[in-house]
Parts: sequence; C-alpha cells; structure tokens
Amino acid sequence: MLTLEGLSKTYKTGDAALTEVSLSVPKGQIMGLIGPSGAGKSTLIRCINRLVDPTAGRILLGDVDLVRLGKADLRRQRRRIGMIFQEYALVERLTVMENVLSGRLGYVPFWRSFLRRYPGPDIQRAYQLLDRVGLIDHADKRADALSGGQRQRVGIARALAQDPELLLVDEPTASLDPKTSRQIMRLLTEICAERGLPAIVNIHDVPLAQQFMQRIVGLRAGRVVFDGAPDQLTHDALTAIYGEEDWNAMRQGDDEQSQAEAEARDRMAALAR
Amino acid sequence: MTEISHYRQIWSHRTPRARLLLWAGWLALVALFVWCWQVMTQDTIWFFVADAPQQAADIGRRMLPPRWSYLPELMQPLWDTLNIATLGTLGGVIMAVPVAFFAARNTTPSVTLLRPVALFIIVASRSINSLIWALLLVAIIGPGLLAGIVAIALRSIGFVGKLLYEAIEETDARQIEAIEATGASAAQVLSYGIVPQIMPAFWGITVFRWDINIRESTILGLVGAGGIGLKLQGSLNTLAWSQVSVILLLILGTVVLSEWVSSRVRQAII
Repeated sequence: MLTLEGLSKTYKTGDAALTEVSLSVPKGQIMGLIGPSGAGKSTLIRCINRLVDPTAGRILLGDVDLVRLGKADLRRQRRRIGMIFQEYALVERLTVMENVLSGRLGYVPFWRSFLRRYPGPDIQRAYQLLDRVGLIDHADKRADALSGGQRQRVGIARALAQDPELLLVDEPTASLDPKTSRQIMRLLTEICAERGLPAIVNIHDVPLAQQFMQRIVGLRAGRVVFDGAPDQLTHDALTAIYGEEDWNAMRQGDDEQSQAEAEARDRMAALAR
Repeated sequence: MTEISHYRQIWSHRTPRARLLLWAGWLALVALFVWCWQVMTQDTIWFFVADAPQQAADIGRRMLPPRWSYLPELMQPLWDTLNIATLGTLGGVIMAVPVAFFAARNTTPSVTLLRPVALFIIVASRSINSLIWALLLVAIIGPGLLAGIVAIALRSIGFVGKLLYEAIEETDARQIEAIEATGASAAQVLSYGIVPQIMPAFWGITVFRWDINIRESTILGLVGAGGIGLKLQGSLNTLAWSQVSVILLLILGTVVLSEWVSSRVRQAII
C-alpha cells in the first residue's frame, strides 16, 4: 500500500508543480492519473521513486517513508518500485536480455552485473518474464531492433524483473498507435491483476483511462481535483480537470482538424480526376 | 486575384543602412589585404622566387628515380613508427578515459574542483603539438622510442578526452534515469546506462586518433624520438634526395593504409 501525505514540490524556478497531494493506493489497485500537460502528473510519479526530490510531505510505501532516505537506503527501496517510461527508456545498444536483467541491478554486486554473470534464478525469471510479454524469441536481439510496442513490452519485463511492490507507469502509450496502446494497457492490467500489484499510470488519453483503470485521479495545477471510479468521470468532472475552455477547445480542435483533413482529401481526389 | 495590386512590389532583404555598412566592410577588407601584401613582400628577394621553378625541378630530378634498394633498411624504423603510434594511442586513451568522465558535466564527481582540473589537463595537452612534447621528452628521458610513445600519449589525452567527454554529455538522460530507477549503484549506472551509449563514439575516436598518430609519429624522428623520421632527417642532411623520395612514398603508403583501416573500423561500429 502506498500513501502520499501532503506531498508538495516546488521547483527552483518557483513553479509549484504539486501542492498538498494526499492519496493512497491499496494493494492491487490500478490508478490512472489524468490531467492537462504541466499539471504535475510526471512530477508526482517521479517523486515516489525520488527521481525528483519532493519539497514537503511524506511518501509511505508499506511503513517506509521514502522522502527521508539516504543514498544507500534509497537504492534499496527503489528495488521495490518498478518504473515504465513514456519512450521506453531502454538502453538501446544492449540486448533485450541485458535490458530485462538490468532490473536486477539493485540485487546483484557490481562484478556480476559488469561480467553479465547473473545468478541462475534471475536468468530463469528473466526468460519467464520475456515469455509472459511474448518476446522470448527476441531475447538476444538488440533493443533498438524492436518495434515500439515490443520495446514497451521489454520495459514492462524490466520493471517486473525487480520483483516490485508498486509499478509507476509514465505515459506508457504516448508514442504508440491506438491498437498497440490497447494491447500494452491490457498486458499491464493483466499483469497487475495476476500479481496483486498496485500501479499508478500517467495517461493522456481519457477514453483509454476509462477503459482500463479501476480508479481515476485528476490533477489540475498540482492539486487533486477528481478522485473516483471511471464511470464517475462525467463532462463536469472533465471540465474540473481540464477547464471549460480547454476542454471545449480540445474537442473543437479535433473537429476542425478532421474537417480540414476531409477537405484536403476531397481536393486531392478532385485533382486526381 | 485582382486585389494583389494594392501591395508594394518593392522588398529588400537589407535596410539601406545595412547595405552601406556591408559595402564599407568589404572595402575595409580589401584595403587590409592590399596593405598586408605590401608588408609581406617587403623583405622578399624576388630573385629566389623567380628561381623557384628551376629549384623545384632540380630537386625533383635528384629525387627521381627513387632508390628502391633503400627500402629494406626502412622496415625496422617503420615498425618502430607504427609501435610509437599504437602504444602512444593506447597510453593516451587509458589516461583520457578517467579525465573525460571527470570533465563531463553529468558524470563528474565535483563540478567546482575536479571538472576544472580535468578541463585544464585537456586544454594543456591539446595546446602543445606532439613535436614539441617530443622535444621536451627527448630532453627529459633521452632520445629513442620511449620519448616518442610518451609524446604521442600526452598529445592524445586532450584529443580523446575532449571528444569523449562531449559524447558523455550527449548521452540520453532517460536511459540513465531508467537504470537509476531500478536501484542500481553509481558504478552500475555507469556500466549499464552510460558506457553502452558512448561505445561507438569511443571506438570511433580511438581509431581516428590512431590514424592521426601514425601521421604524427612519422615526423617525431626529426627531433630524435625514434621511428622513420630519424631516417628522413639523415637522408635530408646528406642530401640523399633519392632516399628522401623513397621515405616519403613509404609514409604516404602507410598513411593511406591506416586511413583505410580506420574508416573500415568506424564503418563497422556505426
């Protein structure tokens, strides 16, 4: 169980990215985090594994307060938190297997990782995870030889190799096509359900969030403005998160875009005739 | 399309003032060139200049045909030269790697103390030509191959260090962040997050520097640091032009070969 208490982050520039955020994620729950760009979604996720240091508040994972950890303790606690990134963030020039095994770095001494001499059980587990995400045949390919969807699967396997107690997922589908996005979200939710793993998922795509999340938290300007089930996410709730003008402009923009595209297509068709 | 006539037909890229300044600038440059030419040619003895084609033709005649029987005698110095270049590159790279990691903003242990020191080492090494390094080292450790190797190594630190630290600074921060997020130690972040990203640059730089060092080591003999340059100096001093031409052709062949090797290696890496 993860609990945030009065979490705040003010950047050196004076921008308050998060203000007094309090929420808790029980075991097995998949929580979607939505909100406009710059609302603090990424900062919130990065505060939890301290890639960003929060200014105030407490983050309790089990009964450990992650905010007050020294360097060595922080490393030990980071093993408990798996992270999946927007642009996959695989080490492109390493093989798929090396990328998955890098999830074990916090558990093995330096010489083992340097010589790629991982313990048998770690290797077995890596193969098992690659099989789970459907990439067992690609184990020895280089990460940059894979497609976007495949890379994100490697990212998932790497996070799971840590044996995490919590998954942090930062825009997992932002660089994927709609079909692959759904496949990745399905895989994520299945895996979390299998292991009773709680997850916080940053997501831009509201329909996708409604389809796959058990709970949705809306952030606006660093504050929680919505917290409830996906079907409670009404037009009014979306307005509260994204703002009236923005919300309408976004849809209008979509309409204008598709109108312009249709017109262009007609013109091209006329020219072709 | 009739409304177009409302608009002006005149548009110019520069304002009149800017055009005037531009002309003035060009005029000043030409004036400077004419003045410099006068200063330069003040002390020229035109008799020698007029004589130049004959002199060149004369030396050319003495150089041809090359004395090919001299070639076997050159093999040992050539081997020495290759060794100077290769061992010097090796030594330089070994010393340059830690310097590069200290100099790169994202890996340096201390921005205020170690980074300036590393940058100073790089600048100091780069600012002194290997010929001058060799002159100093011949005086310090005596003439011979060792002086040449150390000179090449010292000059290489700056070159390799600078290019390598730039490569380190250009690494993708997200990949490093992802490794940090797994709970990896600093050494593990280095070996998994940073090293794979800079490997192509590292090999490219090393082979490139080796290629340059082969060229540089051919002249180190001129100051007594061993290699084929010693033979070149000997032949020049005795006015044995037909031997000089053999040496120059041999150097040319070696450089072409090393350039071919280095371009093949770089192709294979990237």
